[in-house]
Amino acid sequence: MSARPVDLPTAPPATGLAAEGLVLGYDGRRVIDGLDVAIPPGRITVIVGPNACGKSTLLRGLARLHPLERGRVTLDGADVTRMPRRDVARRIGVLPQSSIAPDGVRVADLVGRGRYPHQGWFGRHSSDDDEVVAEALAATGVADLADRPIEELSGGQRQRVWIAMVLAQKTDIVLLDEPTTFLDVTHQLDLLDLLTSLNRERGTTVVMVLHELNLAARYADHLVVMSAGSIVAEGAPGAVLTSELVHRAFGLSARVIPDPVSGSPMVVPIGRFHSGELG
Amino acid sequence: MRVAADHPSQAPVAVADVRAVVAAARGRHRRRHILIVVAALAVAVALALAALSFGAAAVTPDRVLAVLFGGGERLDRFVVLELRVPRILAALLVGAGFALAGAVFQSTLRNPLASPDILGIAQGASLGAVWAILGLGAGGAVVAGFAFGGALVVALVIWLAAWRQGLHGIRFVLVGVGMSYVCGSTVAWLLARSDVRQAQTALHWTVGSVADVRGPELAVLAIGVAVGAAAIAVMSRVLPALALGDDHAAGLGVRTDVARLALLVLAVAVVAVATSVAGPIAFVALIAPAVARRLVGGGDAALAASTCVGAVLVLGADVAGQFALPGFTAPVGIVTGVIGAPYLLWLLARTERTSRA
Repeated sequence: MSARPVDLPTAPPATGLAAEGLVLGYDGRRVIDGLDVAIPPGRITVIVGPNACGKSTLLRGLARLHPLERGRVTLDGADVTRMPRRDVARRIGVLPQSSIAPDGVRVADLVGRGRYPHQGWFGRHSSDDDEVVAEALAATGVADLADRPIEELSGGQRQRVWIAMVLAQKTDIVLLDEPTTFLDVTHQLDLLDLLTSLNRERGTTVVMVLHELNLAARYADHLVVMSAGSIVAEGAPGAVLTSELVHRAFGLSARVIPDPVSGSPMVVPIGRFHSGELG
Repeated sequence: MRVAADHPSQAPVAVADVRAVVAAARGRHRRRHILIVVAALAVAVALALAALSFGAAAVTPDRVLAVLFGGGERLDRFVVLELRVPRILAALLVGAGFALAGAVFQSTLRNPLASPDILGIAQGASLGAVWAILGLGAGGAVVAGFAFGGALVVALVIWLAAWRQGLHGIRFVLVGVGMSYVCGSTVAWLLARSDVRQAQTALHWTVGSVADVRGPELAVLAIGVAVGAAAIAVMSRVLPALALGDDHAAGLGVRTDVARLALLVLAVAVVAVATSVAGPIAFVALIAPAVARRLVGGGDAALAASTCVGAVLVLGADVAGQFALPGFTAPVGIVTGVIGAPYLLWLLARTERTSRA
């Protein structure tokens, strides 16, 4: 299997989100040093990698949440930093890693704040906005919570509400930074199913960072594996996720077998005490 | 029956129904905000009418109304129009200005403790004003300008010392509290060094008072607060997005640093104008927005309601300071201090608890 970024089945997209020569860091410490990536439009891209490999930083760079030291992020070939912020916000929605709602805010109000890039200086909420908010609430299954304060909701419900807010932004690309953190396994699957249905039904391009390799392999159309600030492999999970790659990227001995449910590759870590049993 | 199941029901939800719920919730919230504003304005008018008739020379309410509608006796006209109206207008405007600035600070910094009086911004403005008056013999708009300079310097020092450590931390509040003491002490020193013998003047610049506001000052105050409020109103569109935190706001297309800086500088300017006229009236900027947010609810920054509550608070405190205890008058800043100190302690205790939780 190719170690370098593999060729996509089709030519690299001229449309959608891409980055070239990306250099990102914190206070002079470079986390990512010269990275190229093209996000396939209309697909689910999942970025995985060990802790501190720069996967969240890459997502934040793509989302304009982190200043670029060098390189550029392009949307349909145009430099994102040269575009009006509001125009970008109508195309790319972002769910950061942690979200804290203002005290007392109610679900419908919070989701309505996602309409910001669509509202003029004096045009506050219109009935069109209500329609979009209602759609977003229905699509994320939190319509019955519309009038509830956020602090009364469970973690899983809250995360759905935040995703509804990003949906209300009506973008064709959604970037999510570890959206399943703090959720138990049931709600993780719930959320990933929700994102998948958005992708399948609306054609939304989904890009997310995930910790859980097997869920990533199952839900990704396009898997990006990072290590030490660069991409070590990318492509369809079935094509890139091998035990050799897992070892190289994560320093982990593992066997990769077909997931009995989905058929996608499943990583079974070996560890120090059980290697003998597997032979 | 469990209303909010963790798992979304598979039954299809009619978007039109949800839309009606969303629209109703929005309407309810807006009506509530308007109701609070109207109620606060009504209280302000009632207080103002009461304040016009109270005092050493009592003017009955019917005579007050006669004067206000252009009639009345000469003595009544003098007492009402020359002595009492300026003081009442000053109290209302100063209260509105402090409260609006407080609401802007607290919402842009996402910290209920971050208000310009706690952070020493008002004390910096006071220092600038006292320096202009005693050191340069200036008056009017020049004093307001120096107050702005003093307030900006304090804001800059806080930013350099602590801002970067995070806006939520208690640390930048502590730096602000320290700055407020430095400025307060320097004001006291300047007053002691000069030939200010009148306790009234000293009180004005240390605790704040609207007792002797005159025409030109009132004009500077009115214009300053009005212009500042208008500019803040235009900028306030970003507040609901900014209140979600920098990452969310940036994702929604807000230039977070620029928006926050612009709003804070405007708020500092309003504080400076109010302080240059009335001194650093304690706790109004801290309390009024908290009260307004509580009344309006729904995680709203409640700028309009805060402004009105602040106006009522300062006028009420000024009236109370004059008439609550027979034979004793206290400047408005003493009264707000008496109300505000316990609230601050409660807020500190609560912040401490939540940060440990």
